[in-house]
Amino acid sequence: MNDPHGPHDRPITGHTGPTGPADPTAVLSARGMVKAFGGVRVLNGVSMDVRAREVVVVVGPSGSGKTTFLRCLNHLESIDEGEILVHGRRVGYKDGPDRLVEERPRAIAARRRNIGFVFQRFNLFPHLSALDNVAVAPVKVLGVPKAEAREQAQALLARVGLAHKASSRPSVLSGGQQQRVAIARALAMKPELMLFDEPTSALDPEMVGEVVTVMKELVEDGLTMIVVTHEMGFARSAADRLVMFDQGVILEEGTPEKLMTDPDHQRTRAFLRRIDGHG
Amino acid sequence: MADTSLLADSAQVAGFDWSFFWHYLISPSGTFLEGLWRTVYISVVAQALGVVLGLVIALAQRSRFAVLRWGGGAYVWLIRGTPLLVQLVLVYNGLAAAGVYRFTDVPVGGLVLLGVVQAAVLTLAVNEAAYMAEIIRAALDAIDRGQTEAAQALGMTPSLTMRVVLLPQALRIIVPPLGNEFNLMMKSTSLLSVIGLQEMFLTAQSINSATFKTFEIFLVAACYYLALTTVWSFVQRFIERKLADPGTTPPPGPSLRERLVGGRGGGPAPRGTAVVGKEPTLAGREAS
Ligand SMILES: Nc1ncnc2c1ncn2[C@@H]1O[C@H](COP(=O)(O)OP(=O)(O)O)[C@@H](O)[C@H]1O
Ligand SMILES: [Mg+2]
Repeated sequence: MNDPHGPHDRPITGHTGPTGPADPTAVLSARGMVKAFGGVRVLNGVSMDVRAREVVVVVGPSGSGKTTFLRCLNHLESIDEGEILVHGRRVGYKDGPDRLVEERPRAIAARRRNIGFVFQRFNLFPHLSALDNVAVAPVKVLGVPKAEAREQAQALLARVGLAHKASSRPSVLSGGQQQRVAIARALAMKPELMLFDEPTSALDPEMVGEVVTVMKELVEDGLTMIVVTHEMGFARSAADRLVMFDQGVILEEGTPEKLMTDPDHQRTRAFLRRIDGHG
Repeated sequence: MADTSLLADSAQVAGFDWSFFWHYLISPSGTFLEGLWRTVYISVVAQALGVVLGLVIALAQRSRFAVLRWGGGAYVWLIRGTPLLVQLVLVYNGLAAAGVYRFTDVPVGGLVLLGVVQAAVLTLAVNEAAYMAEIIRAALDAIDRGQTEAAQALGMTPSLTMRVVLLPQALRIIVPPLGNEFNLMMKSTSLLSVIGLQEMFLTAQSINSATFKTFEIFLVAACYYLALTTVWSFVQRFIERKLADPGTTPPPGPSLRERLVGGRGGGPAPRGTAVVGKEPTLAGREAS
């Protein structure tokens, strides 16, 4: 249970995703992800392929493992079994003498550079202005010259509609504004894959729209994204694929129309009906 | 070793000599001023070294290597578990007596760096580092875990995360207890009299032995310690203001009265129980 082995070491339970070895040509290819906390399996064999420009929306009941799944994809959480490839390269692990071993922190950090992550609670840096929140990683991580990075950051803030808030600290911004700065901050690293963990669920209802609008624009721009959200409006209009998580496995997946109108599982129907009422 | 028996002198009861008191308060002798100067620069240098060393110890305690964590913990345990007075005597007199190391005067440029000053600065810094390590560690622990995760998600290495995200935020939490530490440091220098360092306290004591004006001269010394700590409290407030987040309206700082008299919770917090503002923790990982 310590290090991930190949995808076929153990039978995969309740699995509906891709089979066969991980696909190195996909933006993301995950196979047989297993994650346990204190002996309890939170992910129980999750596999997923995401191609360039694809938008995948993940839904599922609270506690079904959606957050854990996203966190494992950029190794904020280790995995016990399985394999994750982003652009054909393993995340978090490398070949050891007889099995996979965890990478050093430095190498893990390098792998995360092109995977953007947007948190439920924004996690902006409170001691930096909005502009510096966006510019800091390009400068410090990528070595982009300061003036250039700030120029790009200003453009990104404009893109999320916050050009006028460049010099504001996060503490004076509304939740919706903070989340848009957080999206700009992730975009500044020019990620090939963006992960969103319930980006609107910590927001007051009247601020959800502004964040969803920004995300839809990113979809237009062709960004590859995995979005955990219960905003069914977004899923309907933007998702290529809807994935239903349940108890650590992918219960079923398909086009938003298919899952919303004619799902294979009663649980999917019941769940989507419930959240769509509120979404 | 200095003679610390003050009781013998107090046998001479002669009333309070106001003119002596005012004279020494307003125009202190050259030796007294020299003692004052030593108190100040030893405090500043020892505190600065203590902060740097304390940071190293705090980082060691958070290292992913068990040996470093263990070493940092052992350091803090050892230093905080023994009195500064004992440490001073051990370092300056003990090491020399055992033939391990004798602090000798070293000429630096035109000046001479006294052996006893070296021992004093070293011991005070090493002692202070243990307390600073705890303060820094508590401050780092008080920062929401989401900050580290956001930095990691941007591809920052652990050291970059520390420098760019955690330490700048920890600084704001560290400054109030650091100010408290420096206040204690200035007063702790009076212990240096025990290894014969002519700082302000020992100077006052020498004057006392010559004049027998015990109350007067130590009252003068007390006034000067008070002046130092008071000036420092203003400097500290200035620094705290500078570091305050301009975005938020800072809570009104302690009033002058609170600052001088210690109105909040009665006096400076005891060291060791680092008064670190534990911020409300946004659950490190997001609840669904
Ligand atoms: N660090 C952790 N330690 C222990 N249990 C955890 C931890 N993180 C998540 N869990 C548990 O794993 C399960 C799945 O959590 P999560 O991935 O956050 O679900 P979701 O995002 O779908 O609501 C929950 O039961 C949660 O309590
Ligand atoms: Mg979640």
